[in-house]
Amino acid sequence: MPDLDEILEKYPFVQRDNLIPVLQDIQDEFGYLSEEAIVKVGKYLNLPTVKIYGLATFYHHFRFIAKGKYHIKICNGTSCHVNSNILIINELEKKLGIKDEEITKDGLFSLEETTCMAACGEGPVMAVNDKYFTNLTIEKVAEIIDSYKSMEE
Amino acid sequence: MSEKVNFKYKDFLIENVLKLKSDKPEKEVVAQLNLIQRKTIDKPVITVSINSSSIISGVQKLKTDIEEYLVDRNIDAEIIPVGSLGLSSLEPVISIQLPGKTRLFYKKVLPENVISILDGSFNNFIQEENILGQLKNDIQDAWEQVPFLDELAYFQNQQRLILKNCGFINPESIEEYIASGGYKSFYKVISKNTPEEVCDIIEKSMLRGRGGEGYLTGKKWKIAYKTPSDQKYLICNAGESDPGAFMERLLIESDPHKVVEGIAISAYAIGVKKAYIYIESEYDLAIERVKNAIAQAKEFGLLGHDILESGYNLEIIIKKGAGAYVCGEETALISSLEGKRGKPHSKPPYPATKGLYNQPTVVNNIETLVNVPIIIEKGIEWYKSVGTKDSKGTKVFSISGKVEYTGLVEIEMGTKLRDVIFRVAGGIKNGKRFKAVHIGGPSGGSLTEKHLDTLIDYESIMLTGVSLGSSGMVVLDEDNCIIDMVKYFMNFMQKESCGICIPCREGTRRMHEILENISKRPKDENGHTTLQRFKGVMQLESLAEVLKDTSMCGLGKKASNPVLSTLKWFRDEYEEHIFERNCEAGVCQELRTFEIDVDVCNGCTLCAKKCPTGAIFGTVKNVHFIVQDKCIGCGICFETCKFSAIISK
Amino acid sequence: MLIDIEVNNKKIQAKKGETILETLNRNGIKVPTLCRMDGFTPTGACRMCVVEAEGKSGLIPSCSYQIEEPIKIRTHSPRVIQARKMLVELLLSNHPDDCLYCASNGNCQLQDLAVELNIRERRISGEKTKASLDQSSPGIVRDPAKCILCGRCVRVCEEVMNVFTFDFYKRGNKTAIATSMNKDLNFSNCINCGQCLLVCPTGALYEKTNLDIVQQMLNNTDVTVIAQYSPSISVSIADELGLRSGKDINGVLNAVLRRIGFNKVFDTSFAADVAIFEQSAELADRIKNDENLPMMSSCCPGWIKYMEQSHPDMIDHISTTKSPQQILGTLIKSYFAQREDISPEKIFSISIMPCTAKKFEAQREEMTHKGISDIDVVLTTRELLKLIKLYGVDAQSLDEEMPDIPFNTRSSAGKMVSVTGGVAEGVARTLNYHLTGKELPNIKITKLRGFKDRKEVSVKIGKQEIGIAVVSGLKSANKLIAEIREGKSDIHFIEIMACPGGCINGGGQAFNNDEKTLKARSKTIYDLDDKEAINVAHKNSNLISLYNEFLGEQLSEKCIKLLHTKYSKRDVLL
Ligand SMILES: Cc1cc2nc3c(=O)[nH]c(=O)nc-3n(C[C@H](O)[C@H](O)[C@H](O)COP(=O)(O)O)c2cc1C
Ligand code: SF4
Ligand code: SF4
Ligand code: SF4
Ligand code: SF4
Ligand code: SF4
Ligand code: FES
Ligand code: FES
Repeated sequence: MPDLDEILEKYPFVQRDNLIPVLQDIQDEFGYLSEEAIVKVGKYLNLPTVKIYGLATFYHHFRFIAKGKYHIKICNGTSCHVNSNILIINELEKKLGIKDEEITKDGLFSLEETTCMAACGEGPVMAVNDKYFTNLTIEKVAEIIDSYKSMEE
Repeated sequence: MSEKVNFKYKDFLIENVLKLKSDKPEKEVVAQLNLIQRKTIDKPVITVSINSSSIISGVQKLKTDIEEYLVDRNIDAEIIPVGSLGLSSLEPVISIQLPGKTRLFYKKVLPENVISILDGSFNNFIQEENILGQLKNDIQDAWEQVPFLDELAYFQNQQRLILKNCGFINPESIEEYIASGGYKSFYKVISKNTPEEVCDIIEKSMLRGRGGEGYLTGKKWKIAYKTPSDQKYLICNAGESDPGAFMERLLIESDPHKVVEGIAISAYAIGVKKAYIYIESEYDLAIERVKNAIAQAKEFGLLGHDILESGYNLEIIIKKGAGAYVCGEETALISSLEGKRGKPHSKPPYPATKGLYNQPTVVNNIETLVNVPIIIEKGIEWYKSVGTKDSKGTKVFSISGKVEYTGLVEIEMGTKLRDVIFRVAGGIKNGKRFKAVHIGGPSGGSLTEKHLDTLIDYESIMLTGVSLGSSGMVVLDEDNCIIDMVKYFMNFMQKESCGICIPCREGTRRMHEILENISKRPKDENGHTTLQRFKGVMQLESLAEVLKDTSMCGLGKKASNPVLSTLKWFRDEYEEHIFERNCEAGVCQELRTFEIDVDVCNGCTLCAKKCPTGAIFGTVKNVHFIVQDKCIGCGICFETCKFSAIISK
Repeated sequence: MLIDIEVNNKKIQAKKGETILETLNRNGIKVPTLCRMDGFTPTGACRMCVVEAEGKSGLIPSCSYQIEEPIKIRTHSPRVIQARKMLVELLLSNHPDDCLYCASNGNCQLQDLAVELNIRERRISGEKTKASLDQSSPGIVRDPAKCILCGRCVRVCEEVMNVFTFDFYKRGNKTAIATSMNKDLNFSNCINCGQCLLVCPTGALYEKTNLDIVQQMLNNTDVTVIAQYSPSISVSIADELGLRSGKDINGVLNAVLRRIGFNKVFDTSFAADVAIFEQSAELADRIKNDENLPMMSSCCPGWIKYMEQSHPDMIDHISTTKSPQQILGTLIKSYFAQREDISPEKIFSISIMPCTAKKFEAQREEMTHKGISDIDVVLTTRELLKLIKLYGVDAQSLDEEMPDIPFNTRSSAGKMVSVTGGVAEGVARTLNYHLTGKELPNIKITKLRGFKDRKEVSVKIGKQEIGIAVVSGLKSANKLIAEIREGKSDIHFIEIMACPGGCINGGGQAFNNDEKTLKARSKTIYDLDDKEAINVAHKNSNLISLYNEFLGEQLSEKCIKLLHTKYSKRDVLL
């Protein structure tokens, strides 16, 4: 895993407008933003950490905890909503015991609601890591989650 | 267009794209051009649509299957990625073109039927159930009994200017883009027009911004052009923050060079040396393709230093959004690019005079910019002949919800709403009844059946109280509840407000709560909470007005649009929820009441076991009943009963 | 250029480019504001100041809208009033119903607005944001539930103090104000200056109050309860006590404090003289040995914490002399206790300061010897006013009294330490005497006076040019430090006060801190300097006997032990 310094080196100019790209790179690499990373970026870009923290908490994509081994993205776009995705979200929340932006205690699953994934005709849609599932029903999600759970046993 | 310029572009095309010497005989040039345009081919060509929609439908696996198929059978054929035809719900779409024959398009191609489809095509036999159509062409033989694409209702009722190339050409190849007439407009303006002239052309064409306000693009450019500064900026707004839209994503994925060309011409017109594309970081494929397009354009001398020896320099930089609806708003977008929280600013000053780093900055929607090369190519008069008196050109929508075909549609301004929904998108799915169409996402509004004959243009839509905001168009059927949808948008807004100003931050939250209370089961409500609920409802309208009146930016100003438009057109549905405590569509779960049909119940006890509040009583083999006071309307019993003994009211 | 505009059907003139609000205010028309602060660029966040303008579809914020052309405005049309009222109601719908118990009760802009807009009924209600009280800091309490997110604290801390403790956090209905990584305030980089709570319009930020323990001790006959008060107090609260302002009311204050029940009452100005006396000797030493120059003043604990966290490599530049509060604290529990034969444990020493950072200072580890703190409790000016009310003391009916022996004399220099430039002026005077044995020919150094955030002079002392810089507000302090890092070397002494204008504008002062009030406070102080005979620290008679009887020479071993302290690097998130 490249360390923080390598990421920072890609941004030779100390400019505030590099802040979001730097944080995006760090998150791509490490999965989330740690306090250590924020302090380091602050030193590097000469910015108070509170400004970085304030910025990062503003944007939806930045996380402060790692993702689960299986990161579930469930589409909560308008079309999926009118196709009753709320039933699917409820089922997921029930089966995993977590809500949007949370992670299960065992670190296996994390949940994220997204906007339209561009497959509205097939909605409701979700993705587990890179694998997509479409036309979801309550039974189908239950099975999917169970199959991932059983893989871990 | 002067002869000289025309000639020069052709030289450019011949040398760079066809990789021929410019003194080659015309015949050879045409032959080579046909080859790139795939009018003539020497070996079979298979195109696979690779875009966000088809990836979810499993196109990656399909592509490997096709490759294996060809290797296994030793067939020498070319596989080319293309973008999206717009028919997202029919993905994966592939096309097969055999030498001398027209290009055949197949829809919904799954790994399991790929072999029979390919077998068939290579043997002149067509798998009918997957066939979409063929692409008309005058020098190739047509397939029999296969409809031409432009005869399909979906294409027939569209006018494709923006989407012309989408799904047909390889988005990763600048050669294909140029061979289809690409960068000609850029070449033309840069060699022939002064920046001011270009601003003039665009102003005269009456092109209006597609991103929200419908402001005259040429006018905005001129303001920035005339504001003195060494450094001006152009930002292509491809933020697409509407949670239900996917137009910008698919457009970039399918024709990234068109976007680059649009930016290049616009930048030249405004006097910009640095342009940004603001694009959602989650849009991996779109980012990859536009990055590639920029690199290719640079290689061809169309971007970078001293473009086409004109002395003009332009750099296009991709900026990835980090997920915030409000960053679609131009001043918030600018804050975000500066590396700050996406906080809007009061206007005036407008970005055109004081924007990014306090310099004159034009923010344009991506669709607006893609219109620019078309106007240059076709001329002002032609462009003005498309559309209505005050709304020129076309409009692209991403249509979704309960329609037969979801995907992208591009219609001439002035097309009837009805035609878009019932002709282009194939009408309502599963034979259900149309209920409403929601235009413009969380800042937009809903229209009813009686608006179906409304023309889609800025003015007509505005008359209904809805604005032609984003490109999202979502169709609802009888199974959808209007309150539920408005609540969905309001929930979105309360999360997405930047939180700076009081009306928007606190108001969206309260409005969401009021809507929630309307759609809640009020059975065990005591006098006090009933009073609170009614007070809330009474406040809904005035809250909506105050939000509109006092919010700092468009997000707050427009956040009440869904409420206001539905209060206007679906008032009876609100009243039904409030006074009769009934949700006709059965979506507001807590408003449902359930009863057990004594004639059907056989006392299996399953429902009683599953009921989370123990509201169902009964003993084995005896009829069960529901204690309404305890029931919370979750509907679990309804879903559980195998004998349909539970009736929802 | 003047532009004719129409306000509420009356023609008035606006200057081109000024905001609507400025025009209105000049013409005596009042429009409510919440997020706006004098001297800051408007953000237009709260929307409270909206007005109706002809031809505009929405209402426009008067605080940020600049007048460029003729415009017709209505400031109190039904539509405007309705909107403002709704905005306040929206705030209240997410606000605890807590006025009666609130630190800001009676001094709250939200409360005022609710009254002004005649809100008598809860029309909008709903779930309230849950937030927990942060009491971790010794100086400042944060009650996020009462925060209306006006952003003033963020801006003061950032733009004036350069400390960057707060920023907005999250967005939408979860928006809040947070410290870096959402840590409690005592783990943050907050220097406790209290400038943010001066600007907070509600009870979301207030000082940590210690009144309870003070009352308890006042009831305890076993303990000698001693009060000292900062030189700035007696020039700040005359109005509040119903006395004529513009005069130093220390005589009355002594009487008031005795009526409340303090056994002994001292004026910290005495210790300020001691601090000046010691610092001058220290400075002379450093100049002689050419080490750790420029020397920085040490009387402001906000500044010291800032140095410890942000410039730890430069802490040797800070004078090691304790602040006046701590000097007097030490002297009370040593010299005074010995003299009066009271055991230090039986003394409860409180200090009344215009400052929340002093609360922090009093509990620093360095300020405690063998488990006994130099100062037991610090009260702010505001707490003092409450205490006076609580004990029902009528200041108007009291005659002036003297402070207690043995600290009952002071010079006017000791008084001046509470205003920016005052310490430097005092040190210059005493340094001159220390080095030359003579008084400065021109004792008044006017270039060091006034509210500019940075002042610099060169004073000829003996044969030497001594460079003196004065900064207030840490933003300018930071700039100066940067210059020094880059090699600026013509400065020997820097006086730094965290609060802009110095302690007369401290975070613990009574709330009316507008420019006019500050000017009046500083005038009162400088008037004393003109009028009084003793205006150098080294002529303070009690100070002379203190050194003769107890401390010995300046910088003697005893002095070092009692009157000096040390600083160390602090790890906080910057
Ligand atoms: C809340 C909000 C979200 C917006 N989102 C977008 C967006 O996603 N894409 C866009 O082009 N414009 C968006 N806009 C409009 C932009 O502020 C701006 O008007 C537009 O980009 C100007 O381009 P145009 O003149 O080409 O329409 C949004 C506006 C608001 C208030
Ligand atoms: S209207 Fe909403 S999004 Fe816009 S500035 Fe105000 S709080 Fe932010
Ligand atoms: S902050 Fe103001 S309105 Fe809120 S409880 Fe305190 S006094 Fe009342
Ligand atoms: S007390 Fe001073 S340093 Fe602390 S947060 Fe407030 S303004 Fe900032
Ligand atoms: S704490 Fe006070 S000053 Fe800071 S944002 Fe909240 S209300 Fe405003
Ligand atoms: S300047 Fe005075 S009031 Fe302000 S923090 Fe420093 S000592 Fe306290
Ligand atoms: S809304 Fe879910 S894929 Fe479009
Ligand atoms: S005072 Fe004008 S918006 Fe707050």
